[in-house]
Amino acid sequence: MKTDVLVIGGGPAGMNAAIEAARAGASVTLVERQAHLGGQLVKQTHKFFGWAEKGAGTRGIQLAEEWSKAVEEHENITVMLSSEAIGLYDDGAWMIEKEGKLIPIYPKKVVIAVGAQEKTLPIENADIPGVYGAGAIQTMMHVYGVLPGEKYLIVGAGNIGVILAYQLAQAGAEVKAVVDVLPKLGGAYWVHVTKIRRMGIPLYMKHTVIEIKGTKWVEGATIAEIDEKFQPIPGTEKELDVDTIAISIGLSPLTDLMYQAGVELIWIPELGGLVPVHSENMRTNKPEIYVAGDASGIEEATTAALEGKIAGAVAAKDLGFDVNDEAIEEWKKELSQLRDAPLLERLRQGLHKLHEAAKERGLQ
Amino acid sequence: MKRIENHPILTFKRGKKIKFYFEGKEMWGYEGDTIASALVANGVKVFRESLKLHRPRGFYCAIGNCSSCLMTVDGVPNVRTCITPLKEGMRVERIKGKGALHYEN
Repeated sequence: MKTDVLVIGGGPAGMNAAIEAARAGASVTLVERQAHLGGQLVKQTHKFFGWAEKGAGTRGIQLAEEWSKAVEEHENITVMLSSEAIGLYDDGAWMIEKEGKLIPIYPKKVVIAVGAQEKTLPIENADIPGVYGAGAIQTMMHVYGVLPGEKYLIVGAGNIGVILAYQLAQAGAEVKAVVDVLPKLGGAYWVHVTKIRRMGIPLYMKHTVIEIKGTKWVEGATIAEIDEKFQPIPGTEKELDVDTIAISIGLSPLTDLMYQAGVELIWIPELGGLVPVHSENMRTNKPEIYVAGDASGIEEATTAALEGKIAGAVAAKDLGFDVNDEAIEEWKKELSQLRDAPLLERLRQGLHKLHEAAKERGLQ
Repeated sequence: MKRIENHPILTFKRGKKIKFYFEGKEMWGYEGDTIASALVANGVKVFRESLKLHRPRGFYCAIGNCSSCLMTVDGVPNVRTCITPLKEGMRVERIKGKGALHYEN
């Protein structure tokens, strides 16, 4: 099977990359692992900020619907669901596994927008049932309508942890505590923090979980205050009667395919760990490969969508299709405005490292 | 562990009821469930055990990344139950070890 642009991943970045490449006239194949498009937007019931003209105040689930519809209706886009890109062969074939069958695709350009994975907590017993990724709990709750537990401890009070706390309460669960090792809140938006405060959910800063109880599954947890060296302070322990522990201590980009395809990766902790070196046009060291969204560095859905637009349009442009350069510049401007928020200082440091690396390598 | 019935933002459009089997035991889910979500709704926490120390494992990421929820489904080992849609009559089992293909039989 041949296609101008293969987009891997059907989340905000991938959907928008497909739409823009197709709009420019390229034939696009979009492969998505799940049985539906939308990526992680399908579980985001909260309203998005930023990007005032386009989508602020809109819930993630609505954005997922809008963009999926635009993708499905576009005649230049072929959507392959329940399909996973599993590797690249020397002749340029990208192998797609779809329900047990292998389908090779020969694209001229590839946009890798495969998203991220949730980090795990490196303490004893953090592998037993009941310890789940915060995003995984959102998926169970909001996509399938299932609550995996009744009494929750949330580890990590960044945006996801705090949002999860009130989403759990909305769904009828009990949140016993949200803990974070930092002395004060960093990444969480205040509107969400005030919501959980109003709901009476205890938020413990400078605290961490020091013990997960249970043998077959979680039967409780102990939290404690920590000192400047992140060591638990004796005497500050609190026992919590919980059956579920949500881990929201960050995400890391899914870089397996990039690594296999020879995309250069560098270590930038502020962006989630190993990230692909790429220019602001989303080009990598491999001329046929572009990246977008969380897979290119951890941010959030609105920036992922903009990066997707840029990647899709630039890929089409590099193939000789007529693309509106002003639109691309406009998306870059919107991106930098979104990244200008005061609480994103750490992100900006990471992006600075990334841009320096791209510059050193002459990536345009 | 339960199905959410009332939610301030979402309405869950559950499809028809689907019968499946977990370790031989009859269970029910809905069209639109993944195998994992149906198991969770039925109160199943332990999906498999770890290879070396045989520690219990549940799901972890629920989006097909982490391999924590691999199970044997209709005789096929290592199925990612968190992204595999539930189907009528499915037989879902915990894998012992790495799973066997039984090609020889």
